[in-house]
Amino acid sequence: MDLTILSWGASGWGDEFFYATLITISVATCSFAFGIVLAAGAATMKLSNYRILRMLANGYTTVVRGIPELLIIYLIFYGGNGILMSIAKDVFNYHEYIELPIFFMGVLCIGLSSGAYSTEVIRGAVLAVPVGTIEAAKSIGMNTSTRFRRILLPQVARFALPGLGNVWQLTLKETSLISVIGLAEIVRIAQIGAGSEKQPFTFFFAGLILFLILASLSDRGYLSLQRWANRGVRGA
Amino acid sequence: MDWDIVNESIPAIFAALPVTIALVSVSLFFGFFLAVIVALGRLSPYSALNKPAYVFVYIFRSTPLLIQMFLIYYGSGQFRAELDTIGLWQFFKDPWFCAILSLTLNTAAYTSEIIRGGIQSVAIGLIEAGKACGMSTLQLFRRITFPLAMRQALPGYGNEVILMVKSTSLASTITIMDMTGVYKEIASDHFSPFEPILVAGSFYLILNYIVTVAISRAEKKLAIHAH
Repeated sequence: MDLTILSWGASGWGDEFFYATLITISVATCSFAFGIVLAAGAATMKLSNYRILRMLANGYTTVVRGIPELLIIYLIFYGGNGILMSIAKDVFNYHEYIELPIFFMGVLCIGLSSGAYSTEVIRGAVLAVPVGTIEAAKSIGMNTSTRFRRILLPQVARFALPGLGNVWQLTLKETSLISVIGLAEIVRIAQIGAGSEKQPFTFFFAGLILFLILASLSDRGYLSLQRWANRGVRGA
Repeated sequence: MDWDIVNESIPAIFAALPVTIALVSVSLFFGFFLAVIVALGRLSPYSALNKPAYVFVYIFRSTPLLIQMFLIYYGSGQFRAELDTIGLWQFFKDPWFCAILSLTLNTAAYTSEIIRGGIQSVAIGLIEAGKACGMSTLQLFRRITFPLAMRQALPGYGNEVILMVKSTSLASTITIMDMTGVYKEIASDHFSPFEPILVAGSFYLILNYIVTVAISRAEKKLAIHAH
């Protein structure tokens, strides 16, 4: 194995891999954040009193968690532009060709999937909040938004943290699937490098190591976040 | 909505259902045995056993399946001459072998953690009771530890099976025409991704629904009956 092709600069792939890692991190971060926004909405719907909202949210999580992410990616890749163009034509009477940026499509796909997993985590966390704390807040006259901000949200965030840590690891790995639509993240760069240098093992192994590094950095980040979130909790 | 494409997709994607089922069942079968071995390795007090088991689990759980599959299928090509001399190249050049190998290793890593949790949950008193009856280590494992650990691990294993059904779709990236591979072909041939996804998506959902029902039946069967 000749490792000099992984060096930095014009002849090596080190810098390409570095930028690909940054893209992987950005796709994962944006998808995770988008997923949490979706999940907050879907979890609220699942906990609502209206049957139709509960059914919609259940439909979203069942379908997205039950079919392969690759199918969703192909659907948005082949169909996303078409939908957007037909909306533009019908609603805005705009007839030009529109193409979604690949990064945006990637975040949409991975975020949809990440959100379905986060929904269950957030729903569980809301249910874990002791009802007494809400009643106490009501009894001292807090209004709904203050109660949400001071009582519900801080507790939900703490209860949801371990589950969201798992979803983050899952999301990070799922970004690799975006390589099939050509976004230059780690796996895609490894593929390109493997093809042009005829050393597939070296390149895919380098990609594997980069993911290992990202995962272990995430582990560490998660542990310190966990310590910070539980700083006010009495330990055994 | 073009019903002609729907009608064309149903038999085409249905014909690929056995491919998906074969990938899932073969890798789950081998993965389970490997997982038991890895879980026992992880729980062993000897670092010569628990260290490698830990490293195996850590690597396969923290990297994407896609890159594991590419590393095995495309990466093996770099060592073609070496693999040829030891007679292994005929396996590694086959996408089926590589897909099943990577799915097996991947599920073994996840399943071993589920089984390890199950084994650790077995009450120490039961094992002591078994020892007091004079059971050998093997008998103890076969009659006490393993069945109880399985009952504990079953819900987690059910989730893993569903994830595996979804994961087999990645085999389509290394030329295997499973349901996702056929979906992609139809979607790009007709330039219409919506009609075939209704079909492919439904098949995956039905498959996962059957898995869910089967696992919950098994859970009920193994549950402790309250008298």
